[in-house]
Amino acid sequence: MEDKDIIAQRVAQEIKPEMLVNLGIGLPSLVANFLPKDVHVFFQAENGVIGLGPRPPEGMEDEDLTDAGGGFVTAMPGAASIDSAMSFALIRGGHLDMTVLGGLQVDERGYLANWMVPGKMVPGMGGAMDLVAGAKEVIVAMVHTAKGAQKIVERCTLPLTAVRRVSLIVTEMAVIKPTERGLVLLERGPGVSLDAIVKATGAKLIIEGDVPEMRLN
Amino acid sequence: MKTALSADAAAALIPDGSVCLIGGFMAVGSPHRLIDAMVRRGVKNLTIVANDTAMPGKGIGKLITCGAVRKVIASHIGLNPETQKKMISGELEVELVPQGTLVERIRAGGVGLGGVLTATGIGTLVEEGKQIVEVDGKPYLLEKPIKGDFALIGCKQADYYGNLEYSLTAHNFNPIMALAGKQVIAEPHHIVPVGVISPDDVKTPGVLVNHLIERAI
Repeated sequence: MEDKDIIAQRVAQEIKPEMLVNLGIGLPSLVANFLPKDVHVFFQAENGVIGLGPRPPEGMEDEDLTDAGGGFVTAMPGAASIDSAMSFALIRGGHLDMTVLGGLQVDERGYLANWMVPGKMVPGMGGAMDLVAGAKEVIVAMVHTAKGAQKIVERCTLPLTAVRRVSLIVTEMAVIKPTERGLVLLERGPGVSLDAIVKATGAKLIIEGDVPEMRLN
Repeated sequence: MKTALSADAAAALIPDGSVCLIGGFMAVGSPHRLIDAMVRRGVKNLTIVANDTAMPGKGIGKLITCGAVRKVIASHIGLNPETQKKMISGELEVELVPQGTLVERIRAGGVGLGGVLTATGIGTLVEEGKQIVEVDGKPYLLEKPIKGDFALIGCKQADYYGNLEYSLTAHNFNPIMALAGKQVIAEPHHIVPVGVISPDDVKTPGVLVNHLIERAI
């Protein structure tokens, strides 16, 4: 299985029926592919729909129905179209159960940096700061290292997205829970040793007892 | 009863140097014929307030490419490399605002509030230079209202009184911006007799709208 599919499948297990969930663009959007058919949730796209559905068949696209990345989508039964004020009222007002976002760095405090690399990449924060500040649960879905560079670090060196402890970090190597005590290693990726995880992680990991492997299909 | 202007006549109403709130999210829901007419007219030195600058050749991206814009206030510019290039060269000033904060600042401007207090941006670069207000022991950023000389609105349909109805994810910033422009110019896909849009479906009451752009040919 590819790294991103491992991550997406593991994140999907965190989603419970009837949740309102916002998936970021890129890797997080793959999570929807791994949701069991009998689990009904509402996906929000912050540009204005609750009840986001998959891409429509060729030729059936509606130019007024896209996701936050601008890609064509459908609306599921029970969907609602909303304006940006309502969309961010849901996000900032504590009505969004979960957001899944990509990450550039996460640190020992559980703080996330994911919106800019000074001097290199300044795309703007879009809705990321609102999502991290406001969602009930924040899951960071990212590959464990970037071209060998550690992404889970002692202190973020990149500009922070928020000063909120994220709920969970899911990579292809590990599931890590940021807590008051620090980063607790909960699970290992398929076939990944504790030693490999520790080496690929730039922050102290709290390892308690046996750390089980992720249960994937 | 409103009169319908050609897109070129509407573009002629917008002086160089105006502050324009422009609806749309990655060009979905933007007033496209009006934007094309503004490019034709060669408008200059605009300040544009919008969620994003779309991409080159689409929506607001066309105004960026033709050099009509001096300053952009947006949440995301990542999909328009020309905006980033012009920002780096100093040709274009860019103020990045979290998406939820942006829509609430415009809303504040449109509904007569002196600003909004939000937790979004606390502890990040967004905090710089802003007043922090503590409410019940919790810190919030004071974010100031935004108003425009013009609000340029895209919508699904308008009736002869200027009541507006929107479609799916093409609502986005449009209904909020229609409150915050001194002059509101709406570009509907269709213009229909009064009564066709049910009162329950009117999202922007016609009393807010100054001009309609005539039907697409």
